[in-house]
Amino acid sequence: MASPSGSEPEKETTVAQQPGLVSGILKNQLTTIVIILLVMVALLGIFTRTFLTANNIFNVLRAFSWIAIASFGQSMVIIGGGIDLSSGSTMAFAGIITAIMLTHGLGVILSVFIGLAFGAMIGFFNGAMVSRTKLPPFIATLGMMSVLRGFCYGLTSGWPVRDLPRAFLYLGQTDLSLFIWKVPLPALIMILFVIISYLYLNKTKVGYHIYAVGGNEYAASLAGIDAPRVKYVIYTLSGFFAAIGGILMTSRLGVAAPTAAQGYELDIIAAAVIGGISLDGGEGNVWGALVGAAIMQILRNALVLMGFPAYWQPSAIGAVIIGAVMIDQYRKRRI
Amino acid sequence: MNEEMVTASTPTVMSQPILELKGICKYFGGVHALEDVDFEVYPNEIVAIVGDNGAGKSTLIKIIAGVHSPTAGKIIMNGQFVEIPSPIHARELGIETVYQELALIETRDVPSNFFLGREPTLGKAGIFVDRKKMVDDTVHTLKELGISLPSLNTLVRYLSGGQRQSLAIGRIMPWGGKIIIMDEPTAALGVKESRKVLDLVLKLKEKGCSVIVISHNMRHVFNVADRIVVLRGGRKVGERIKSQSSLDEIVKLIVGAEML
Repeated sequence: MASPSGSEPEKETTVAQQPGLVSGILKNQLTTIVIILLVMVALLGIFTRTFLTANNIFNVLRAFSWIAIASFGQSMVIIGGGIDLSSGSTMAFAGIITAIMLTHGLGVILSVFIGLAFGAMIGFFNGAMVSRTKLPPFIATLGMMSVLRGFCYGLTSGWPVRDLPRAFLYLGQTDLSLFIWKVPLPALIMILFVIISYLYLNKTKVGYHIYAVGGNEYAASLAGIDAPRVKYVIYTLSGFFAAIGGILMTSRLGVAAPTAAQGYELDIIAAAVIGGISLDGGEGNVWGALVGAAIMQILRNALVLMGFPAYWQPSAIGAVIIGAVMIDQYRKRRI
Repeated sequence: MNEEMVTASTPTVMSQPILELKGICKYFGGVHALEDVDFEVYPNEIVAIVGDNGAGKSTLIKIIAGVHSPTAGKIIMNGQFVEIPSPIHARELGIETVYQELALIETRDVPSNFFLGREPTLGKAGIFVDRKKMVDDTVHTLKELGISLPSLNTLVRYLSGGQRQSLAIGRIMPWGGKIIIMDEPTAALGVKESRKVLDLVLKLKEKGCSVIVISHNMRHVFNVADRIVVLRGGRKVGERIKSQSSLDEIVKLIVGAEML
């Protein structure tokens, strides 16, 4: 059994050294995709007049903020060794619940709170299915995806919920003045949540346990980590984050449609995967999901700006997903 | 079936056993994995459990490690009856286990594995991990044990078998465990790496621990063990002080050939 570095064990040292710059970059999928993102931005800046305008940039930011926020929760689930296919439906459901509460005159704060609580509750239920009844996460959340979509249609009889109060629309439609820019509120909320998620996942004890359970659940359990509890935490957070995204989406669109966010779960998962979060669990971080979501939206934006018919967008996104994962695997093999 | 030959006179300091198992049975449905086994661990000794596949070795140590509960029998620690319903309880009693499957997280770096499940935290709130302490303590312990790893930031995935085993053994050191259980610590290791791991086992004894080792490798057993317990078909069929036994005798006990 030779050590992978090829050196004799005797010559190795126990010094806590940082990896070298080059290998550090290679080892880090995040760096790779940030470079891809920057190249995309640079090319678009050169080849289109409109891309690098503050207006367009903020439009792009606003457009992927919902997906990105939901993706942070999804990332925690995937890093913890699971998957949450119900996140798109949860977005729609939380939006509809909030909208229904609003139309019953419940006030913005209370309505949003109830919408978020429902999202967290759905996540908690997913967690229960996965950790108590031992359902495979794919099946449990696939079922939940469909159940929730049914609720969305059933509660609204298939009609969109309209006439939401102006105070609620403020959430998704306002721009806040920041230095010389007017930054969309959803983008700021997204930045806030990526920081919180990063600190939670990478600096706290629970975060360490999420990585451990996703990396090797059996080993984590032997080490005394309460794996079922970790699963409750990640699925609940995923539901909660999806609800935030769904409520922001509803506020932006000004209407809660039962058909909203259909297929978003795949975008949410794709953002995480492009960002270097392995579907095997235990690896990656939420910055990757943020950049992954950004790459997908910039690609969509670019195709529009360059005059491609919108019909071709799914093909481009699909190609990016495949490419990103191939790069990731190539990188892992080389080390 | 042979009766035990050695009971009272083990050559190392013969005080009270720190751990005693009496009449332990473990049934999995109709399978009798262990049948009326007595087993003792004395302070500061290395005791090896040997036997063929299915002899009940792993079941026995899993009972001590809190992974399985015995169907019948008593466990006595330092003169008191105890129950070990979970690995966490075992740790609280000072029993640390190095599992055959290694139980490391391949996608995490060295300190994260070193402190797996017991990450130190900052302040009283206990929320944020004290990464600096993790790194410092890991470096300290690895140095003390003479374990060398390429870099602490390396993911365990990129460590060799011997490095992983060293890490798995090294990480139990700081917790003050009195009894260390090792399931096949040298399985799947090369000659040189096995040597290092066996040195670690001896070092643990030097530091005042008692070590329970399971191994198929009789040479390794005779290298380190003070006492050898032989299981066959879920029963204890013999117990020997190493210095008063021979490889030949132990092998005969394992396979069940009649002793003359």
